[in-house]
Amino acid sequence: MNAPTTLSPLSAPETALRGRVLRLYGGRVSLRWRPRTVLVCLALTAGCLVVGALGLTTGAYRVPLPAVLACLTGHGTGADSFIVTSLRLPRLVCALLAGGALGMSGAVFQSMSRNPLGSPDIVGFTSGAASGAVVEIVLFHGGPYATAAGSLAGGLVTALAVGLLAAGRGAAVGYRVVLVGIGVSAMLTSLTAYLLTRASLYEAQDAQIWLIGSLNSASWAVVTPLAAALAVLVPATVLAARALDWLELGEDTARGLGVPVGRARLVLAVCATGLAAVTTAAVGPITFVALAAPHLCRPLVRSSGALLVPAGVMGALLLAASDFAAQRVLPGTELPVGALTGVLGGLYLCRLLVARRRAARA
Amino acid sequence: MGTTTISATDGVPQTGHTGRRRRTDVAAARLSGLLLACALLVLVAVLSVAVGAKAIPPGEVLRALVHGRDSVDDSVVLDLRLPRTLLGVVVGAALGLAGVLMQALTRNPLADPGILGVNMGASAAVVVAIALWRSTDPSFCVWFAFAGAGLAAAAVQLLGSRGRSGPGPVRLALAGTAVSAVLSALISVVTLLRPDVFDQFRFWGVGSLAGQPMSVVTEVLPFLGAGALLALGLSGSLNALALGDETARALGTGVRRTRVLGMLAVTLLCGAATAAVGPITFVGLAVPHLARALTGPGHRWLLPYSMVFGATLLLGSDILGRVVAPPGEIQAGIVTAFAGAPVFIALVRRRRIAEL
Repeated sequence: MNAPTTLSPLSAPETALRGRVLRLYGGRVSLRWRPRTVLVCLALTAGCLVVGALGLTTGAYRVPLPAVLACLTGHGTGADSFIVTSLRLPRLVCALLAGGALGMSGAVFQSMSRNPLGSPDIVGFTSGAASGAVVEIVLFHGGPYATAAGSLAGGLVTALAVGLLAAGRGAAVGYRVVLVGIGVSAMLTSLTAYLLTRASLYEAQDAQIWLIGSLNSASWAVVTPLAAALAVLVPATVLAARALDWLELGEDTARGLGVPVGRARLVLAVCATGLAAVTTAAVGPITFVALAAPHLCRPLVRSSGALLVPAGVMGALLLAASDFAAQRVLPGTELPVGALTGVLGGLYLCRLLVARRRAARA
Repeated sequence: MGTTTISATDGVPQTGHTGRRRRTDVAAARLSGLLLACALLVLVAVLSVAVGAKAIPPGEVLRALVHGRDSVDDSVVLDLRLPRTLLGVVVGAALGLAGVLMQALTRNPLADPGILGVNMGASAAVVVAIALWRSTDPSFCVWFAFAGAGLAAAAVQLLGSRGRSGPGPVRLALAGTAVSAVLSALISVVTLLRPDVFDQFRFWGVGSLAGQPMSVVTEVLPFLGAGALLALGLSGSLNALALGDETARALGTGVRRTRVLGMLAVTLLCGAATAAVGPITFVGLAVPHLARALTGPGHRWLLPYSMVFGATLLLGSDILGRVVAPPGEIQAGIVTAFAGAPVFIALVRRRRIAEL
């Protein structure tokens, strides 16, 4: 709840439309691209492949790389094939998809709110999803699917309620959204805590693991709906994000340039919340990927735009690598990946602050 | 906002009799309002001693307070409800005060004392205490929680302070977020590996006034007192700080000194409060806004009003939690958010909240 409290603009908007333009179909479709951005994306994708190869081959049961490749192409032998395609592959795919969606969602929210700490939390989404899931686990004893549905419903209803409560005339709508979001989040957070005290220890722990966010139960049954939802949401977000570069110049300037500000913000908020929602339903509220991925990309890409695609690839790499480490860091225990991303993300933010302090002193 | 604050800080002489009379009128209104709020607090405190699972008539309460333990009723009053009431008053007042300080120091209407990492520090220390010594004895946990709160606040300060100007608002918030995230992940790892620790921690983590002995009150009182004195002494500097760092410096305020002393006060107040009753965030966030709606932005009145309001809100929530779901109780930390958030949202919608 503390995260989105600071409203400070991102560094000066030097977005300026740079890069090369690719025109297709006689100029009816055009695409602006920067070589550096493409290179960074390729490098990050290579990183994903390396982490994926490591994740698929190592573990309690070693499968050599050629055997893994054979399994992936459908020529594997019994045990190898089961371990690779039914246990490790869905987990890896789930991590990549969820991480990518979180990274993109974080990039949209940070850019749209012009707040370096922006995240789906500012519309109360995460606390609503948590309450929905915990209600489902504790009161209705629901299984994984019911929990996912509960979190999805809780998050979306909360986001809608915050939007409606904050709606109104005047310039300060964005600011009011943040304030109302904090009030609603406070209520829901204490509802969650109350339910945890009322539940049996077993159920409370179940809920606690869900609240940390974990890939331990990732299977094809989780991956398929997630992939289907993302297949719709990712293109929609990328299309909607074209307005972001102008929104970063400030609402008035954007309006002056002919961007329908209200509608663009609404569409973007719906898309980014949707991305976070389906991810949370699949794997729980994993912290810090959405916050850190855009920040990690910015110095690599050397641009202050929205960085949607690089942030997505970076998020996928972050989550896959964190999950790889989380499975191995404590022997005998499968740590939920959310615990690891929390520690790593927090330490990373600390490092960032120390580095800036040195820079300020120099 | 500007004019009231300036005249409160450097005492710009008002011209003529009318100006002076208006100022004394305002002061009289504020004072009578404060007295009224205090009377309300006393009423709530009396209710808090009398109301509960076992209703005790006022005469009996008075007899117990004066003559000591003779019957079961007397010991309910003296050993259970009296410490609980006192704790509610001092902790509520401390949280309200810490909230005002935090919002003034960071010039951010959304700042709550939890931003300093105090809550998470205390929580992590309590988890460690439960995990290593298997003890949830309140007067043992208090010291751990206090040490954890202090360490976390110091770490946030260190990370957030930059160059000569002292801790800037944005960096403080970032540092607090970072430290809180690391600590909260550590808490979740420990509670995952040790279900017994989780079982005890989930009750502490809600924030409750119940079940604390009188010794806890006396242990935290010196820290709360010191923090409150420090905070009240800063009110003039806080007014100047509200005008911006440069203006404050031009008015002769030591900006860095004010920030450092203010943070020390917040750590004392909020650390001791969290140590005593567990993490309760909503009081510190909402009470300053409620008080500001009545007093305006000047800190001379805002600070005492927030103290009284904070105590009333926490104690009132505690009473409500006792009677709303008999025979069980709902912890005060939960009731404060549930009773307070609708008021807060209503205020936001009326747009009075943005006037920091």
